[in-house]
Amino acid sequence: MTSTRNSRAPLANRQSQLILTTLESVPGKEIVQHYGLVQGSTIRAKHVGRDIAASFKNLVGGELKGYTELLQEARQEATDRMILQAQQTGGANAIVNIRFATCSVAQGAAELFAYGTAVKVQ
Amino acid sequence: MENLIVFAILMALGYGVGSYREKKHYEDIRRREKQTLHVPMMNFGAKQPLPQAQDSALFVGSVVITSDYFKNFSASLRNLVGGRVTVYETLIDRGRREATLRMKEQAIAWGATEILNVRLENSSISGQNRGKGQVAIEIIAYGTAVR
Repeated sequence: MTSTRNSRAPLANRQSQLILTTLESVPGKEIVQHYGLVQGSTIRAKHVGRDIAASFKNLVGGELKGYTELLQEARQEATDRMILQAQQTGGANAIVNIRFATCSVAQGAAELFAYGTAVKVQ
Repeated sequence: MENLIVFAILMALGYGVGSYREKKHYEDIRRREKQTLHVPMMNFGAKQPLPQAQDSALFVGSVVITSDYFKNFSASLRNLVGGRVTVYETLIDRGRREATLRMKEQAIAWGATEILNVRLENSSISGQNRGKGQVAIEIIAYGTAVR
């Protein structure tokens, strides 16, 4: 399977100069201040066209490209909201220990959730 | 009678196309895993010293994968007697390896030498079709690449 149309640029470079990492600190830098937990979430529903296409795909199995793209967009939005929250703290220039979660909350709707700790690094 | 014919056609389609695609996908995965073997992945982050690095970035790979008609049927049969549901095992295995590879390939394109604190997660998003035995699962892999 070929990879879908996700951009090759790392998430961090698309948004300001905020460093995003799943580590507890930033390699080569030192944490000087904590700004606490920041989070972003979004709930997305798939539209009917994609649902119909997906139900055909259910006969032969394999990847549901439409859903993969939809959820990637949604995850990007959740990340953007988290970044916005970090920027609102005033001094944060990195988010460490980022975690993602997905869960389906209702029929045909999924919640995408991203959270991390905003910090200032030097 | 007509129902039986439709069922037989769907089973044949699901089995034929499904297993052909699974075989192709596994070949593809094995080839790409060999290609990306030079970049190690780890899932530690807290208790180990970090490697010396200039730069780090977050990478996410994700895939939504669904079962075929044949897998659904054989899984529902398996439900009667219990035990390992191998048809779903291979499905999730493929999805997880695909998601990991997508993350890794993006990181390699960026110039990564190592990927740290990798986390894997999956969640069912089958929604309306859940009652019909169809599974749609999103698998995401994310980690921090350093260079």
